[in-house]
Amino acid sequence: MTIEDLQELSEQEQQRQSEKKHRILYCAAAGCISCGGDKVGNVLKAKVKEYNLDKECDVVGSGCMGLCGEGPLVKIQSRGEGLLPPTMYQNVDERVAEQIVTSHILVGKRIETHWCDTSAPFFTEQTKIVLENCGRINSESIEEYVAAGGYLALAKAVTEMQPNDVIEEIRKSGLRGRGGAGYPTGLKWGIVRKAQGEQKYVVCNADEGDPGAFMDRSVLEGDPHRVLEGMAIAGYAVGATQGYVYCRAEYPLAIERLKLAIKQAEKMGLLGNRIFESQFNFRIDIRIGAGAFVCGEETALLQSIEGKRGNPKPRPPYPSEKGLWGMPTVINNVETFANVAPIIRNGSEWFSQFGTEKSKGTKVFALAGNIKNTGLIEVPMGIPLRKIIFDIGGGTTEGTEFKAAQTGGPSGGCIPKEHLELSVDYESLAKVGSIMGSGGLIVMDSTSKMVDVAKFFMQFCMDESCGKCIPCRVGTRHIYGLLDKISNKKATHDDMILLEELCLMVKETSLCGLGQSAPNPVLSTLRFFRHEYEALLNPVETYLGGETAMADFEK
Amino acid sequence: MPQSEKPHPSGDNRFKLLDRAITKHQGRGDSLIEILHVAQGIFGYLENDLLIYVAHALKLPLSRVYGVATFYHFFNLKPKGEHTFVLCMGTACYVKGAERIQTALEERYHCKFGQTTADNKVSFITARCVGSCGLAPVAVIDNRVVGKLTPEESLQRVEQMKNVIATEEKIVHEVVP
Repeated sequence: MTIEDLQELSEQEQQRQSEKKHRILYCAAAGCISCGGDKVGNVLKAKVKEYNLDKECDVVGSGCMGLCGEGPLVKIQSRGEGLLPPTMYQNVDERVAEQIVTSHILVGKRIETHWCDTSAPFFTEQTKIVLENCGRINSESIEEYVAAGGYLALAKAVTEMQPNDVIEEIRKSGLRGRGGAGYPTGLKWGIVRKAQGEQKYVVCNADEGDPGAFMDRSVLEGDPHRVLEGMAIAGYAVGATQGYVYCRAEYPLAIERLKLAIKQAEKMGLLGNRIFESQFNFRIDIRIGAGAFVCGEETALLQSIEGKRGNPKPRPPYPSEKGLWGMPTVINNVETFANVAPIIRNGSEWFSQFGTEKSKGTKVFALAGNIKNTGLIEVPMGIPLRKIIFDIGGGTTEGTEFKAAQTGGPSGGCIPKEHLELSVDYESLAKVGSIMGSGGLIVMDSTSKMVDVAKFFMQFCMDESCGKCIPCRVGTRHIYGLLDKISNKKATHDDMILLEELCLMVKETSLCGLGQSAPNPVLSTLRFFRHEYEALLNPVETYLGGETAMADFEK
Repeated sequence: MPQSEKPHPSGDNRFKLLDRAITKHQGRGDSLIEILHVAQGIFGYLENDLLIYVAHALKLPLSRVYGVATFYHFFNLKPKGEHTFVLCMGTACYVKGAERIQTALEERYHCKFGQTTADNKVSFITARCVGSCGLAPVAVIDNRVVGKLTPEESLQRVEQMKNVIATEEKIVHEVVP
């Protein structure tokens, strides 16, 4: 495959698409499938066939369209005079799917009951870079990805740029790791490039373990080639020939789509030997996780790829110097790799126009919890939190009062309503004791009790602690015990002091990110919702005098 | 490498499938997790004999295989019930009241999550986010994702499920790498 071949393929596909009058896209991501999206797709295909519309209608399954709470979603794009403008339908069932063909396509009449207003802030306030193809192209077709400008960036990198130029471009763009910590990607690649090693690896972290986060899954399901392209560019930049995608086993559909995408890319010579007739060889394999949250931590993930227990290792040495099988390894999150191709294609200047001074680009968030518009969104960095929750998200459900937003999953914190004007970027979030995290954003209203929320996260960390280091293994257990005591109204002020001490100890002394960040939910709720803890405390006298004290001791 | 082309002494043909996967990975030790996925996909759970077999085939110490099998939540060392009810306990589902479903089911069936009912009909399992947060609270009932559940509906679903005789494939895992 040469660049000319690629361009020809792209033109052919564009030609094919332009010949069709209607393009019906149904959401084939896991969220919509689980509420009947695949059945809707089948009905659409069957009806198009029944009415002999094959020649003018394209029915394709696409990636996530964003508004997951109102799924299944169907989008129709028509070209030609006198036809309806691009339309989206929500809550589509088999009956509505039939109507879409009989009414929308054949008669040109919109189905008002299921029509979705795409001029709402949920759609207009977003800026899409990572998700630009999600919901626009067939997620199982490499041709459609190429027609949307795919693999051009890889071609440009391999044929026109030196590896160091690629790294420099990424560095200049200001792209930072989207897994949560925000380490500058260009810097990381530079270290791996310089590191000594006969073999180097590129690893994609798709072990999206944070509960309430589904950004990576949506990207892998909706646009898998984008991730592969990003990895290949990374491989070229650092001098690696082998890549691994480590995907969690809970995402069978994402694994399936990835496998298909790798096969397609290999067949076209976009992965494998002599890519674009250069000296560059690159292969990608999939490794499947087995349900351990700690494997999202980079050193634990590498252990797991090697077929071992996912126990983290002390850093340094960092994986950039000694990673997989002791070799220099680039390890980035799915979303980070998904940003690479657009940066190379459009240049670093284009990318750095989005976002704030220190946090460039966009961030994908999974909106969930007590919020009207649950789903997947992509916003420029630095957007105020209020805008995400009230404009895009539509505010809390059923008019209840907003209480807190939780970011960063079990490693993050809760942001109260006083900080709603907060700019969403790495530094600002850290300032209020939370983290950007991988992008889960859970909205809680007045019905959520913050002590219980902290307890919930601590139970999670306690269960998921790998057990290697003592502060995390024992500390999380004791913090959980104290929180349990508080929520059962058996704790005293002394327990509160102990709780805070313990949290700081676990934070300071744990080996890996899991333990170091495990107390964050407790610390942040203590900071902003201390009164809720204190309201549950028991006065010292009654506690010591009561029978419960002895009973607890004997336990 | 797998123990030659001979059939397994037990006469169980399923070992052939497992051997094929091991050959595909050239019997390499680092493919242990993949092989365990396949083994669990074929046999439903990982019993001791199976772990010993895998350890031999991959030339790994049994301690390492056992260590890996017990470390990851995805692997079961005990057989599951005929049906599975996997309740998502991710943050979104928690905020939307998954705990109420848990309590309702535990009270009704006198069986904690993580266990199987005494009649071996239903295994109650909790999951760490299945990634369908838009539909919270979510449960995966016999490999089908069901969203926007209520405690009443969950009880109903379990009752319905108990009355259906499970087919073999339902017990088998969805993911076979």
